[in-house]
Formats: sequence, C-alpha cells, structure tokens
Amino acid sequence: MMGSYWLTGLILIPLLGACLVLLQERADAIWRAAFAFSLAPLAISLYLFAEFEPGQAAYQFAEQHPWIPGLGISYHVGMDGISLFLVLLTTILITLSILYSGGGDIESRSREFCFFMLVLESGLLGALLAIDLFLFYVFWEVMLIPMYFLIGIWGHGRKVYAALKFVLFTMVGSLLMLVAILYLAHAASVHLGRLSFDLPDLYGTPLSPAEARWLFAGFALAFAIKVPMWPVHTWLPDAHTEAPTAGSVILAGVMLKMGCYGFLRFAIPLFPATAIAAGPLFMALAIVGIVYGALVAMVQPDLKRLIAYSSVSHLGFVMLGIFALDTQGVEGALYQMLNHGLSTGGLFLLVGVIYLRRHSREIAEFGGLWRSVPLMAATFMVVMLSSIGLPGLNGFVGEFLIMLGAYLRIWQAAAFAVSGIILGALYMLWTYERVWFGPITKAVNETIADLNAREIAVMVPLLALMLLMGLYPRPLLTRMEPAVTQLLSRVQAANARLDAERAPIRAARRAPGESVAVK
Amino acid sequence: MSEFNSSAIDLSWPSVLPSIVVAAAAVLVLMVGVYVDDDESVGLGMLSLGGLALAFVLALAALGQSARAFSGSILLDSFAIYFELAILISAALTVLMSLEYVGDLRLPGAEYYSLLLFATLGMMLLATAGDLIVILLGLETMSIAVYALAGFRRGDPRSIEASLKYFILGAFSTGFLLYGIALVYGATGTVRLDRIRAAMSGPMTAGPIAHSPLMLLGLGMMLIGFGFKVAAVPFHMWTPDVYEGAPTPVTAFMAVGVKIAAFAGFLRIFLVHLGAVSAEWTWVLWVLAALTMTAGNTIALVQTNIKRMLAYSAIAHAGYLLVGMTASGNAAGGAILYYLLGYAFTSMGAFAVVGALGRVDAPHERIADYRGLARRQPALAAAMALFMLSLTGVPPLAGFVGKFYLFSAALSQGLAWLVIIAALNSVISAYYYISVIVAMYMEQGGAEDVRMRGRPGLFATVAIAVAGVLLIGLYPQPFIAAATDAFASATSVAPIHAASLLP
Repeated sequence: MMGSYWLTGLILIPLLGACLVLLQERADAIWRAAFAFSLAPLAISLYLFAEFEPGQAAYQFAEQHPWIPGLGISYHVGMDGISLFLVLLTTILITLSILYSGGGDIESRSREFCFFMLVLESGLLGALLAIDLFLFYVFWEVMLIPMYFLIGIWGHGRKVYAALKFVLFTMVGSLLMLVAILYLAHAASVHLGRLSFDLPDLYGTPLSPAEARWLFAGFALAFAIKVPMWPVHTWLPDAHTEAPTAGSVILAGVMLKMGCYGFLRFAIPLFPATAIAAGPLFMALAIVGIVYGALVAMVQPDLKRLIAYSSVSHLGFVMLGIFALDTQGVEGALYQMLNHGLSTGGLFLLVGVIYLRRHSREIAEFGGLWRSVPLMAATFMVVMLSSIGLPGLNGFVGEFLIMLGAYLRIWQAAAFAVSGIILGALYMLWTYERVWFGPITKAVNETIADLNAREIAVMVPLLALMLLMGLYPRPLLTRMEPAVTQLLSRVQAANARLDAERAPIRAARRAPGESVAVK
Repeated sequence: MSEFNSSAIDLSWPSVLPSIVVAAAAVLVLMVGVYVDDDESVGLGMLSLGGLALAFVLALAALGQSARAFSGSILLDSFAIYFELAILISAALTVLMSLEYVGDLRLPGAEYYSLLLFATLGMMLLATAGDLIVILLGLETMSIAVYALAGFRRGDPRSIEASLKYFILGAFSTGFLLYGIALVYGATGTVRLDRIRAAMSGPMTAGPIAHSPLMLLGLGMMLIGFGFKVAAVPFHMWTPDVYEGAPTPVTAFMAVGVKIAAFAGFLRIFLVHLGAVSAEWTWVLWVLAALTMTAGNTIALVQTNIKRMLAYSAIAHAGYLLVGMTASGNAAGGAILYYLLGYAFTSMGAFAVVGALGRVDAPHERIADYRGLARRQPALAAAMALFMLSLTGVPPLAGFVGKFYLFSAALSQGLAWLVIIAALNSVISAYYYISVIVAMYMEQGGAEDVRMRGRPGLFATVAIAVAGVLLIGLYPQPFIAAATDAFASATSVAPIHAASLLP
C-alpha cells in the first residue's frame, strides 16, 4: 500500500486549486476552476470508496514519509472505516457548496472565497486522514483559518464578532490539546526510547490514572468545543447564523464532525480506561445538549439560528452514541454524523436559497410559501423529515442505532434522549407549518421564484443520498464495522485490565453486542 | 586547542574574519559616505549589503570548525556561527528595508548604515564571546550604536525621546551587568566562562563557590542586565516607547537583531556554561517567563498603534523564549535557537509591512490605518496576515513549529504548568494579532494607497520574510538539526576545555 499517493493527492489537489484560482481574473473562470478542483477530490474519494476493502480494520491507502525526524514527526496518512465516509461527506459538501455559492450567493471577492473554500477542504481532508498527531494538529488549525475568513468576510450581521468568538473558543481547546499531545509523546518516549507522534506508537502508553485523566481532559475539551457539547457550545449559534450559506454548510456539515471524529480517533483509543470512566458524564452532558438544543431551537424566530440550535441537539445524539461505547452506539453515531451533514447541510442551503430571494430569515416573514414555490417546499419537506428521523430516510437508521446502543449501556440515558427526538419532530414540524403552510400573509411572498436549475442540481444529490442511506445502509455499515470493532476491542481490553486491577465488586459491564441489529 | 598553546596572541582567522569584514564595511561606508549626497544613499546601502553578504559567506564557510582565538576570549563553534548567520540575516533585511526609508526621509546614509554595521559587529562579538569582558564589549558596541540609531530622526520628538529613554535605561542595565560581572569575578577569580564553570562545578571547589552569596548576587545582577536587553518583565518599561519612536527599520532591528544577540550572550552564560548549577535560579526564570508572557500579551490587547502592539508582542515572545531558558538542557537550547530564527523572519516581515505603509508625511502606524488593506494591496495584506498568524503560532508556519519545539522541550523537563500558561497566552495573543487581520480584511476605510512598486527594497524584504516563514515552517528539519547541533556544539566543547584549562 505504501506505493499509492491517492491520499496525498486528495489533500494537495484542493490546495493546488486554491493557488490556481488566485490567478484567475474573470468571475466565471474563478467559479469554474474552483468547481473543477472540488470535483477532482470528489472523484478520488469515490474511487477510494469503491477500492476500499470492507473487511479490514487497518489503515488503507496509507503513506508514511519522514518529515521532521528530529522531533519524531512523520507525514503519515491513512484511511479506515471511520474516516472514509467523513472524507466523502467533505468532498460532496464542498463541491455542492461551491456550486451553490457560484449562483449569486457570493457576489464580492469571489476569488478569495474560492481560495478559502479550497484551502478549507484541504485542511478538513488532512485532519481526517492524518495519523501522526503533529500532522493532525497542523490540519486541525489549518481548517480553522479559512473558516474564520469565510465567516468574517462574507458573513452577515455581527460577522466579525462571530468569527472571532469561533476562533478563540477553538484555540483555547486546541492549544491545551497541543500541550496534551506533547505530554503524551514525552510520556511515550520513555518506553519507546524515542520521541514519536505517530498514533500507533502512542496506543497503550503507560500513564498514571491522574495523568490519563488530565490528558484525556485536554483532548476532550478541544473536541467537545468543536462538536460542540453543552456547555461549551455558545460559539455555535453565532458562527452558524452569521456565516455565509456555504460556511454554515461546511461548519455544520463537516467541521462539527471533526470534534466527534477526534473523540473516536484520538481521545477514546488513546485513553480507553478514562473514556469508559467518563462515559456516563459525557452521556449526561450529551442528553443535556439534546434537550437544551431542542428547547432553545423551538423558540428561535430566525430560521438559521433554529437550525444552529438543532445542530446542538443532533450532535448530542452523536456524542451519546459515541460514549455508549458499544458497536451499535458508535456505528449509529458515525451514521448520524453523515446524516446530520446531509440534512443540516441541505437545510442551510435551502435557507440560503430563501434568503437570496427575500433577504430575510425571520420565520414570521413567511407563511404559505407552499403555494408560490412548491418545489422548494417539497425539497424542504424531505430534508426536514430526514433531520427528524423518519423511517425510510437516513436519519432513522442513525438515531435508531444510537438509541439502541445507549439503551444497552445505560437504559435511562435512552429514555431521556427519546424526549429529544420528540421535541425535534415538534419544532421542525411547527417551523414547517409556519413557513410553508397556511395562507400567504405577505404579498412579496407570492412572487418569489422557485428553485432554479443550479439549485436543483445542488439539492438532488443530497436527496438521493438521504433516500439511499435510509433504505440501504448496509454498504456503509460493513465498511465501518471493522474499524469500530477494533476501537471497541481496544476499549474492552482496557476495561478488562481495569476490572482485573480493581476488586471485582464492580458490577459486570454488559458486553457490547457482536452484531448490529439493522443489517 | 593547538592554537591555544601555540603563541601569545593566538588568532584563529575563521573565528574573527566575519566580524572583521563587517567592521571594515562599516568604516568603508563611513569613508565613501563623505562623497555621497544624502539622497543617493542607496549605494551605501548596497555596499553594506555586500559587506554583510561577504561576512555571511565567510561564516558559512567556517561551519563545522571549532576554534578559539585570543586565549579563548573568542570562540568559534556551531553555536557562534548559527547566531552570526541569524544576526547577519536580520542586519541584511534591516538594510534592505531601510533603502527607501533612508532616502525618503533624507537621512544621512553614511552614518545610518555604518552605525547599523557597527551594531551588527557588536552582536557578532556577543555571539562569539568566550568571556564576560567580550560579552560586555559586544553588548556595548551594539547598544551604543542602537541608541544613536533610535534617535536618528532628529526632527521628531518621539524619536529623541526613544533614544534618550533607551540610552538611560540601557546604561542603567549595563551597570547592573558590569556589577554582576565584577562580583562573579570576585567569586571565581576569572572572567572566562569555561573557567567560571570549572570553578563552580570542578572537583576542587565544588559547592561553596556556586552557592556563595557573592556568586548568586553576581548572577542575579547579570540576569537583570540581560532581562533589560531582551525586554523581560519587569525590565520591559522602555520597550513600547522606544519601539514606537525609533525609525521603523531600526525598530525591526531592535526587535530582531538585538533580541537574537542578547539571547546569544544570555544562553552562552546561563545555559551553556552555568547550566549545571541552574537549579538555583530555575524558579526565578520560571516567574520571569510567566510574568513576561502574560504581561506582554495582555497589555498588547489594548494597543492601537501597531508598533506598540508589536513591541508588546516582542515582550511576549521574549517570555516564550524564557520558557526555554527555564527548561534548560540541550533540547531547550536547540528550541530557543530555532525559535529565534523563525521569529526573526516573521518579525522582520511584519515591520517591513509597517514600513511599507508609512510615508514621509504620514507614518500610518495606527491599526485603524490597516482597514481595507486587503482590497487595496492584496499581496501586502496577505503577507501581513501570514506574519500575524505565524506570530500567533498557527501551523504550518515558522512560529508554530518554534512554539511546538519549545513547549516540547519544556514539557520534557516537567514544566507542564508553565507550558499551559504559555499555551493560554497564545490564545490571548491570537486576539490582537487577528485584530490586524480583521482590520485588513473585514473593515473599510483606512489609510490611502501605498506604492510597493516603487520600493523594491521593502518588497524584497517582505518577499524574503514570507519565503522564510513558509520554508522554516513547512520544512523545518534542516533548521532544527542546525539549531540542535549548534547548541550541542557549545555545550559539548565547554567541559573538555574546562578540564584542561584549570590554572
């Protein structure tokens, strides 16, 4: 596998595209170039999806080259069942966002916009593919800067405030994570005999329980801010609301997943014993997030803010599944990450479409839009139902698996979380009713245009994927399963060690099921 | 070694040739300057650049050699050469960004460039010094030249104030340093660093001298002296006023060159030679580092003048470097050397942009003047954004790898809390560095257009700085290896000589 350069290509092509876009002069040439350079990684990621060996837990298409040998840092990238789909989600959403933004959403400084979008794609893909912790950290920060510019330059309202808040929140977490990374590498160097930031070298580093707790906290804070988990979620409503449509799509669709991904890739496998111990705490925080996000979403007068808070709620489900730490929960979480990317991405795009026509996102401004723009209303309906988790669409599979996983771990958690599903249905349907049904209350709403060809082209792939993932989840789950099983076996091993060390008073934990219910 | 015993005045050419070339260039510039009008000073700048380039080549050629001159007062090792190269680079970039500045303001070019070269000479002496007297000589040669440079715009009261303030406080700090040297001499009977080290940790006199009040007081005073030069809190009071008032290229030179040179001396004394007995002052450095970082970053938050902001940022970066000093050891030494190189390019670039925006009648030094720069001068704004991000420590730029290496070294010495303080300080710094980016990219208005096209010197400085920031950040291995080797060469040579040179 060492001979393939697919992953490097995946990371570098958008970067190359970013540089070439800067050389373009005319607006249509800029958008065409940006679109072409986002299509190339999409094509590569689809090819990798086809080539991906479903039964393997190991990294595939891996590459490793020395980078800074003096500090034990290498360029090590690879892809497994956990990152594969997030890579696909990234390439799909970036392509669709660029396609959408070229249609009038971004009018000024389109060259810089495309530049930042492509650099962002590079950063996101790099962070998903990096196996060396230094490399991961580099990409983790690289994706922050373009997003900062996207919000700050092309955003709405209090954009500078929102962008700054986003950066500062993220940086607090990530710099403490950097300290934790360094500490971990030095702790590992004692028994490795050399400094290394390569993830496989760092598994199973002997740490005292206190050290493990602090280091886990360092990683967990950075990831929890990114997710975001309650109570460090306060940057999200501002950033999502003020960002331009494409920014919101990527922020909600992909970037939030980086936090969840961080837990799965780094925080949990590196400190499995601590992760188990912290499980109930994180599940509790997740449930608070689920209920809180849903309740706050319900009373938002602004469509975008409503979707932003619904993200807090949905990401709570993802975290619930992850910290259930059983096969169903983690696979459900992974599935739900993709679902949320598609459905929230779709919702933000549709709100963007509405905003373009009416320059308002206030729910009270609308009503009865079904009559004037039926196609838009139907699309919104499907995306919303996917977000609610209607059986037959993708959202259901993920939520079902998460609830099952949580139930198997702590059944009370599932009981509380269910309220989030009900509330979710409530606020979404209520919003739908106020925006689309009823009589047309404002005359301007009678004459707005329905989806145009470009917007249909953006929405169709999303709808198709929602349906496909809802009806036929198997190809995804079989590819996820080996990596998830490997992760959980690491956790179980640590758990067994812990149980063996402590007196066997501790009630025997229920072993995670071997098979997945939905298959 | 052999040269040491061979003659009374042992002169090792490779160790002094670069300094001699710089000194000769300074004198030459002064002499040629008599025949050159003030508005034709570009030629003098080119002459200075030539001298610096020649010195650079000679220093580079000496790489890998190890020698001692003047009975060990001057040392040639990778450490000295690394610092010489860094100093020559910062001096050359200063000259490059001064080319238009000196011409525009019609400053007397001969004096300006020769003072710059003399200051560089002093810095190189600091880098190669093997005893305390040469360190003092180097420091003074550098400082006196820079005092004059700071007040070079005689018509501007801020410049005069800067010069005077710098001179008085600088003289004061030199007093501390000199007193400290005297006390150390009193305690050990020598000013040679390797002998001091031997006296303190050698088999004959272990213990008593290292812990004697005389010695500790002397070291404490030297610490204060260097604290002034590197602008560590609480000895930083002069920095903002002087940085603001001095001509912009001189400010850059002070922020980069003076800092590098001062750290060369600081490191040579405290880490290389007295590292073995560092436990006595580790806590002092710990407190200094934490104070310097925190004070520098928090006061920088409220600055509206970009030169003052960069001054406080320079204080904060001295604080990060002091984290490395606290850690001590070879990894930390290498990290400090690497960090200084990255900082040199980043800071030089930032000051070059400040200089580029300034005009004779309007300095444009408020951060508000940067509003909307991204639309008027996209390349210049992008470069400035890059420098700000590198100063913040955003990967994959030079500033990030420097911080990473520095924090890594400090953590390996168990300074977890200090590193956490440093990390949180980086978050604070993000706020004010990013505020410059906010102004450039997200706000409107600001100063009117600047013309980079007619200013090749400034353009070249910015371009070189951008290249440096990217290269050192993306491909750090050779630089890290050079920095680590340099520091290791200084520490590995010292004990061998110390053993054989005991009287």
